[in-house]
Formats: sequence, structure tokens, C-alpha cells
Amino acid sequence: MSITVIRPGLSSTFQDSGRHGHQHLGVPVGGAMDQRAHQLANLIAGNEHDLATLEITLIGPTLRFDAPACISLAGADLSPTVNDMPAPLGRPLILLAGDTLSFGERRSGVRCYLACHGGIALPAVLGSQSTYLRGALGGFQGRALRKGDTLPLNTRLRTDSLDALAAELNSMSIYLPSTLANNPRPRLRVMRGPHTELFTDDALRALFSSAYRIANESDRMGYRLQGPSLPVHENRQLLSEGASFGSIQVPSDGLPIVLMADRQSIGGYPKIGHVASVDLPQLAQQMPGEEVQFEEIGLAQAQQLDNLREQALSRLSASLDGLRRRIAQCVAHGGSP
Amino acid sequence: MAQNPELNDWDIVAHGDRCLVVRFGTGIDIMIGRRCAAAATALRKAAIRGVSDIVPTFNTVAVHYLPGHFAVNTSVRHLEAEIERVLRHADLNGGSTGGRLVELPVCYGGEFGPDLAEVAQRTGLDEEGVIRLHGREPAYVFMLGFAPGAPFMGVHDERFALPRRATPRTSIPAGSVAIANRQTVVYPNDLPGGWHVIGRTPMVLFDPQREPATLIAPGDSVQFRPITAQAFKDWPRS
Repeated sequence: MSITVIRPGLSSTFQDSGRHGHQHLGVPVGGAMDQRAHQLANLIAGNEHDLATLEITLIGPTLRFDAPACISLAGADLSPTVNDMPAPLGRPLILLAGDTLSFGERRSGVRCYLACHGGIALPAVLGSQSTYLRGALGGFQGRALRKGDTLPLNTRLRTDSLDALAAELNSMSIYLPSTLANNPRPRLRVMRGPHTELFTDDALRALFSSAYRIANESDRMGYRLQGPSLPVHENRQLLSEGASFGSIQVPSDGLPIVLMADRQSIGGYPKIGHVASVDLPQLAQQMPGEEVQFEEIGLAQAQQLDNLREQALSRLSASLDGLRRRIAQCVAHGGSP
Repeated sequence: MAQNPELNDWDIVAHGDRCLVVRFGTGIDIMIGRRCAAAATALRKAAIRGVSDIVPTFNTVAVHYLPGHFAVNTSVRHLEAEIERVLRHADLNGGSTGGRLVELPVCYGGEFGPDLAEVAQRTGLDEEGVIRLHGREPAYVFMLGFAPGAPFMGVHDERFALPRRATPRTSIPAGSVAIANRQTVVYPNDLPGGWHVIGRTPMVLFDPQREPATLIAPGDSVQFRPITAQAFKDWPRS
């Protein structure tokens, strides 16, 4: 009742909604870079609750399923295949014992999320299954997958009725609310913050009129941007304070860094603004070498969009009740594998 | 108590659409730090729906929240009002930070404190004098950050107002106790850093399997206690 890692891929780590509630102890939140895709994958695999999905980065792994499983994929299109046959994103898929899931060339995005119905048996560390690579904690042994790893599935599917289940899931319609669709915007929306006034007018003009290139040194902790420098009025040492996913901090070299999932809990650089939460999934799917542009948005509107997306996820979850019940009928209870 | 007008008020600013920051005064000051810790304790106790993290720092408390817990159009105003209500009813000056006094054994100098001699030279003290001054009174824990379990403590004597090293070290061993800018940090694991390393503690600062996971929490006070190299070596490793 497990998955065997034949090839690990570039960086495949388990991530959930994040390790909330421990930032005052210096523990970063982490979690999926693209929360939208992570949650979609979970919901479509019939998971009602937030279970860790496998965040697959750029070059996907090859995984052999040693037991039947219901899975789904969402986010980047890394040309997934099951037994060398193309597999769709955003659909529940039934895999049989011996099936192999692998990935090919990148068509769009960077990060693809693999959810398994019932999840993978991973210990919760400080309330989360997310992998924090720098701290070597959480996820699967605190690290990215390696060749030969065995990932234990929590849920066993009955083998006698899988063909019927697969056929039914295949014909089931899944209506994605438009707010959950992946519609990239030409510009990421940015709110001003309390430090914005520390920057010169030129800096703000540059931020909202220039293209910034995502630098190679970008990772789950932060996206470093290359473009016009963003000067402050005077170089003042700021005291460290809480930092958020999407905060755009500007060190003394003037080049902005967007803080991402694995950001530290505190930071001392001035922040010229904050990327709207609703646009973070789009940024998380962009890779080094690509360009980003920004436009301004007000706090109230950003917050409304964030809440609307959250509501859409709840609606989607409610609409998938039938799917969950149908899968539950095929879950084996009792007995050991 | 000295009447600092800044101590009696706060303001609340938004850091993006999922975080409000309560700001108390300016500068690194134990009175302000205690108010932050007391505010964080009161806000934690209030268990406001939708709030995920409450993070005190030197002069702010960040309140992180998640979407979907408030009416679509009112979340930030609602949360701001809740925070105001909690803080108005809390005793922020009573020093009720929930903090403890934690004793931290430190082996100073030698291989564990490679910068002790330089710090002595720059402060005009001898090494013994630096150790005595460092442990003269408990240091207040303003916040944890930069790594899980890593405390920022102070405010030390003015003689410890040393800027950070011009060239940071690429790796400082776990447990290293280092000073700069009238503060002390302890490195919970091997990390790069630019502070002056004067000693090392045998204590484990962060262990996610332990409850609580950190040895020290914001609002605590830490009394440094010198130990010998032999005591360091013999210290029970948990």
C-alpha cells in the first residue's frame, strides 16, 4: 500500500496549507507555493480536508504505485503520463497496482501538485506535513524525495470494483468556478504598505512601469527580481518585524525580493508593497528568466478577491460531495494490506 | 513609571491582505518589548477567529489571518476592531508577558567563543569583565526569528553596542552565543552569521519533537550562567 520513487525529479516535496501558529517561535509557515493548485488537487482527489500534496518542481518524478489509488494533478502542466499514456490535469484518476506515473516536458507553469485520496502517511511536525528544506523538518523525512523512497498511502481501495469507479469518475463533470481557473494576468497586483512612503517617487514609478526579470537565485523562500533599482529616501536601519507571503522587500542594493512560502517569520528590510494573495499562485508558477510586471490595487479590493477565491473553493468542495461519496464506497475498511 | 507618550498608544497598519501589524513606539526598548509581549499574550488568549499567527517583535505585533473567516467586504475592519477591543481591555503595562526566567549555561571564550578576546579589546574590558557584564542581569527576549528557536535578547550595556562583523562567517556552530548592537542571539543550528561569537551553550534551542519546541519564548528573560569547558562536555545531551 505504497508508492515507490523510481526517479525523484528535480525537487519533489510534500506541502500542505502551511505550518501556521508557530511563527512567534521563528518557525516559517512554508506550505504549497501555489495554494490554489494544491487545494484543487486535494478536492478533486476527493480529499475534504487539507492533506499534504506532492509539490513537483519543473522536472517531475517517476512514481510506481504498488497499490491502487485515486489521485489528481493540478497546477503546472509537466506532461504527466500514466504507463506512458497522457494523463489529464484537474481530473480524478484511478491508478492500479503496478501503474507508473511520470512526467515529461514542461508545457506551462513550474509546480504541479499530486494529491492522493486519503493522503500519504506522514507525521505532522508542529501541526503540519509541509517539508521545510532549510530546517530539514516535516514532510517525508524533512527532505525532497530520493530514488528508492517508499511513500505509504493512508487509504486502501478495494480491488474488485475499480473499473466501475474509474468509468464513473471519468464521466463525472467538475465545474470549476471561474475565480479558480488559471487565467494569468499581464500584471501582478500590489498593495502599498506602511513602508511604501520610505521609497522615492521614482522608485514607485519604476515598480509600476517596469518589467522585472525573475533571477536564477529564486526559490521557495523568495523570488529575487532584476530590473530598475528601487531607492529609498534615506538609508535607515529598520527594526525587524513580521513578514508575509508576497511582501516585496528591498535590501540596500535596491533590487526587490518577493517573499514566498518558506520566508522567515521576521524581516528587517523595507517593503515597498505586498503582492495580493489572489495573485501569488500565478507568481509561484513563474520561473527564473521570466518577466513580471506590477500594477496597484487597494487593500479592500485585494481582500475581497482573496475571500471570493476562498468561497469558490468552499463551493467547489460542496459540489464534489458526490465524488467523495463515490470514492468512499470503494475504500477498503479493516484488515491489513 | 516614566511617562512615555508612545507607550500609551498603538496604531494598526496592514501589511498586505492577510496581515495586520500593531505598532508600539519606536526603537529597541524593554518597556516597548514588554508591551508587545503582553499584547501578543492577550491577543492569543482572545483566540480571534481566522487569526493564524501572532508574532511579537521589538516594537510590533504582527497578526496574520486567513481568508474566508469574515464577511467578504469587512474582514480587515472587523479584525482591526477586534484587536482594538482586546488591547483596550488588556493590561499592557502590568508586564504580564507570560514570560519565564530561563537560565542558559554558556561556556565563554576558547574554541567556543572565538570573538571573546576581540570583544574584550574593543570594550576596554578583560575577558572576565565581558563575561560578568554579559550575565550582569537577565536579558529580555524580544522575539524569535531568522531560524526556528533563535532568540533576540537585550538590551545590554552600552559597551556592547558593537556593529556586526564586516565579513559574516559562513557557518557558526549550533549553540553559539553572539553579541552585536547591545543584543545577544543564540544560533539554534549551524548557520551563517555576522555577530561576535563569545561563547556556546550546550542546550538545544529548538526541537520540533519537544513540547514546547523552543527552549526560549518571546517575553522570557534569560540569565546567562558561565560554565567550564569540562561542564560543557559533560552536559547531558537530551
